[in-house]
Amino acid sequence: MSKQTDLLELKKIASQIRRDIVRMVHACQSGHPGGALGCTEFFVALYFKVLKHNPKFSMDGKGEDLFFLSNGHLSAVWYAALARSGYFDVKELATFRKLNTRLQGHPATHEHLPGVRIASGSLGQGLSAALGAAQSKKLNKDDSFIYVLMGDGELQEGQVWEAAMYAGFNKMDNIIATIDYNGQQIDGPVDKILSLMNLRAKWESFGWTVQEFNGNNLDEVIKALEHAKILAKQGKPVMNLMKTEMGFGVDYMMGSHKWHGVAPNDEELKKALDQLEETIGDY
Amino acid sequence: MTKFTFTEKKDTRSGFGVGLHELGKQNPDVVALCADLTGSLKMDAFKKEFPERFFQVGIAEANMMGLAAGMTIGGKIPFTGTFANFSTGRVYDQIRQSIAYSHKNVKICASHAGLTLGEDGATHQILEDIGMMKMLPGMTVIVPCDYNQTKEATLALGTHVGPAYLRFGRPNWPIFTTGRPFTIGKADKMIDGTDVTIFACGHMVWQAIEAEAMLAAKGISVELINLHTIKPLDVEAVLNSVEKTRCVVTAEEHQINGGLGDSIAHVLARFRPTPMEMVAVNDSFGESGTPTELLKKYGLGPENIVAAVEKVLKRK
Repeated sequence: MSKQTDLLELKKIASQIRRDIVRMVHACQSGHPGGALGCTEFFVALYFKVLKHNPKFSMDGKGEDLFFLSNGHLSAVWYAALARSGYFDVKELATFRKLNTRLQGHPATHEHLPGVRIASGSLGQGLSAALGAAQSKKLNKDDSFIYVLMGDGELQEGQVWEAAMYAGFNKMDNIIATIDYNGQQIDGPVDKILSLMNLRAKWESFGWTVQEFNGNNLDEVIKALEHAKILAKQGKPVMNLMKTEMGFGVDYMMGSHKWHGVAPNDEELKKALDQLEETIGDY
Repeated sequence: MTKFTFTEKKDTRSGFGVGLHELGKQNPDVVALCADLTGSLKMDAFKKEFPERFFQVGIAEANMMGLAAGMTIGGKIPFTGTFANFSTGRVYDQIRQSIAYSHKNVKICASHAGLTLGEDGATHQILEDIGMMKMLPGMTVIVPCDYNQTKEATLALGTHVGPAYLRFGRPNWPIFTTGRPFTIGKADKMIDGTDVTIFACGHMVWQAIEAEAMLAAKGISVELINLHTIKPLDVEAVLNSVEKTRCVVTAEEHQINGGLGDSIAHVLARFRPTPMEMVAVNDSFGESGTPTELLKKYGLGPENIVAAVEKVLKRK
């Protein structure tokens, strides 16, 4: 398969995952479509291209790259990416947020959903857990990478900076973190709520290597994530400041915090699906 | 007749330190994390012998709990060490989500619990930690009573699977459990008796031993049970003893709400309503002072246990 066809195929998967997200959120009339849609390229790049992983899930993931989702409210896109990459049957996406589901509103482990290694939802905790797993990899002489995604609003949590300091000081060169830098949080634009100010300078001063890229350009995301592995070899943790647009792919949801945690109605669902024509088969 | 005596006093935290060092030798997957209190937690021996398995995290307890949770992925058995206040209340949500809800095999080891921390005062004297930790689904809660039992409990946690909270303290305290078996979740009946059962944990077990001698001199037969495991509670041992004695006193270095007494009251209310008195801190914060002064002022002396027994006997 040529590189070009490969990219076209991945774009089709991205469109399908967006269809999955809006259908899942619509079916239970709850959830967080905005952030999930904005990070779809990231999840496609990760699970279909970058990650060295085995959908025959094991909690310890020895010899595999591991991914942690810190901003757990993006669960819809994660579940769709896991199902579409073979962790569980795509039909199970229909149970999202419903009673007795393994697809809890925010990711959880006690339902034993393949792909999820720790609960998240209460913000600010994922980087610490990822660093623990990274430390465990080092003890086990396992040279795989640990990936973690955080929200930008989430960076207002103090624990993130405890973890940032730990990673920088201890030169955690097997961690590749990404921030979904969409500039929005529940109550409005991040800059109006509690600005992150010079975010690049913040991470650099904590001892991280920082790169920035457009998170809604699939080709760019893949290249940046591959480059991150090279950057990590310089002996520092890597932070990807990934600019995204909340709600990307569905025009009426784009660029506004309004669709952070609101589900589309029947008419809005149709309107969204009409814009996401490419499919590999709905669940 | 005093049934238990001691020839030596040591701090329970040193029992933890020795146990952790021993575990380090037994199992290469045991790792230790500390938030700038290595000496206070007696983790130096482990740190010295296994520097690659010892993680200094700085004064950043929330990150420590997350790191510990993450380290279990890949098969490590993390033991976190800091003061009880910073091991629980400060990081409750981290423990709740990343450790308890995620069912991670993290052992939260907490020193300087309770009033016997002494002179540092109420900011550090946590009296709510047992309650907070026992409310978390799946969390094991252990409050050993002396140096030896703290060592045994630490060793037992090496093979126990699941999240656990181990609570110990700072003062030198009589060692009186040497040679006694320790099993997580199994009550230790220390003295057989017929008139009243005293359930105690932690430093209060020794206070109860002293109280028992005073009561025996008055002709009162006390059954003393060391309930070192608050959760899961040995319900059978509680009910069996109460069946015989038909009245209960509990003794703990904790708030009256949420601790050992609260757990026993739940069992009795549901299965065998029984007259009961609780020796505990009565809904207040502590203060600076020596451990002995504080135990006396806050009603946790042997004489307070004696008074509680005399009171409950009248309600029988």
